[in-house]
Amino acid sequence: MSRDTLNLHIQEIKDEISEISSLVENATLKAIESLKNRDSDAAREIYLDDRIVNEKRYQVENSVLIQIATQQPLAHDLRLLAAMLEIVSELERMGDYAKGICKVTLNLGNADVNVPIKEIESMGKLAVEMLHEAIDNFINEDVPNARLLPQKDDQVDKIFNKVEKEIIHSMVCQPENIDHSNLLLWVVHNIERMADRVTNICERTIFVVTGDLVELESKPKNLVGK
Amino acid sequence: MGSNASVPENEFAIETENLDIFYGSFRAVKEVNLKIEPKKITAIIGPSGCGKSTVLRAFNRMNDFIPGAHVTGSILFHGTNIYAPTVDPVQVRQRIGMVFQKPNPFPKSVYDNIAWAAKVNHYQGSVPDLVEQTLIQAALWDEVKDDLQGSAMSLGGGQQQRLCIARTLAAHPEIILMDEPCSALDPTATLKIEDLMRDLSKYYTIIIVTHNMQQAGRASDFTAFFTMDTDRAGKMVEFGHTEQLFTKPQHRETEDYISGRFG
Repeated sequence: MSRDTLNLHIQEIKDEISEISSLVENATLKAIESLKNRDSDAAREIYLDDRIVNEKRYQVENSVLIQIATQQPLAHDLRLLAAMLEIVSELERMGDYAKGICKVTLNLGNADVNVPIKEIESMGKLAVEMLHEAIDNFINEDVPNARLLPQKDDQVDKIFNKVEKEIIHSMVCQPENIDHSNLLLWVVHNIERMADRVTNICERTIFVVTGDLVELESKPKNLVGK
Repeated sequence: MGSNASVPENEFAIETENLDIFYGSFRAVKEVNLKIEPKKITAIIGPSGCGKSTVLRAFNRMNDFIPGAHVTGSILFHGTNIYAPTVDPVQVRQRIGMVFQKPNPFPKSVYDNIAWAAKVNHYQGSVPDLVEQTLIQAALWDEVKDDLQGSAMSLGGGQQQRLCIARTLAAHPEIILMDEPCSALDPTATLKIEDLMRDLSKYYTIIIVTHNMQQAGRASDFTAFFTMDTDRAGKMVEFGHTEQLFTKPQHRETEDYISGRFG
């Protein structure tokens, strides 16, 4: 007995998840680029394109529900489909973070404010790499790497803490720029949250393979490095 | 065997120890060590030929009717091996009843199907009361109360099966064995039997053999997975809470079977 039909549909959903992840990765990098270049047109385009991610998220949800309803998956198959629902929701939220960065670009316009773009780019690059690896680990059910990947989040946190301090310092020194600085805090916060959510994907990968729901991160984020 | 003793706390309804079941020289089932919780529903699942029905029939010595069938090891019921020479198999079957795959009511009235069970069990109480009580317990009373003298054979398949359950209840068993009780029924009748099993499990221990894994998942508290070993003998691979076995089985063979990848 084989499960060719179920296997085929699971592969299709995996492909859709990979595609959504690529869209989110690109949106994140382009959003940061729009901030760097203060490119309102690009920001607007990325902002609007988030609806594609949302639509694809609902398509995946629908596909998963159809498999549960028609194929009666159990054990590993059931855990995999349940994890897909969770992961696609994480990806959709990450898409929202990219959209949030575009909103900041639009709100900043050409305001004379110092954007720590180098650090933001480094954070974004790391977070996108983490997401890419996490989805690869999920697709390949690579538990050892899923366990290791959240350690990279420490690098994101390190930059985040540094930049956050600098922005708050500039708020104190230049109170006239407080609104703009506040927007920049949102940018680094969004990227930091994106990396956090990668950990959730890693946890789901472990769950699919082992059946155990583990917490990969014990330290509360706000206390790290402070 | 003690009679009419309720199952003490911490005692299993049935406990097998190194149970082997043979048909002549062929060992059909081997080394089964299984502890059935009282007043719970236990499902036995597994591919064809894994010995699940053989094990079920051994629980009330139904295999005695098959020439050459015999067991080694023991099946303990209230601490007594039901295969001990001093044990009366008729009494075993009274205390451990069975419902079969195909509904098998007698070609008599609904009333007489139950009254027959009362008669063979030398029931001393009011037979009309017993008929009513058992039909209520079997969730059939409302459908047949106005025509108790009507033929059982004119009932629908699901109703016939519930009548057979009522007939089993009339013997006041402690344990009800069910061998694929829904395989001849439509989905609606199947769900009615499953609801009935849930109600009955408040008072009785139920052991069900089913090919339908979704049924095992829906209806049982515990599940035992059997498969066939390389020597063609059936063996129990895994036993545990149904929720755990269906979401996080401990053995690869169980995983492969329940996810439909072999069997």
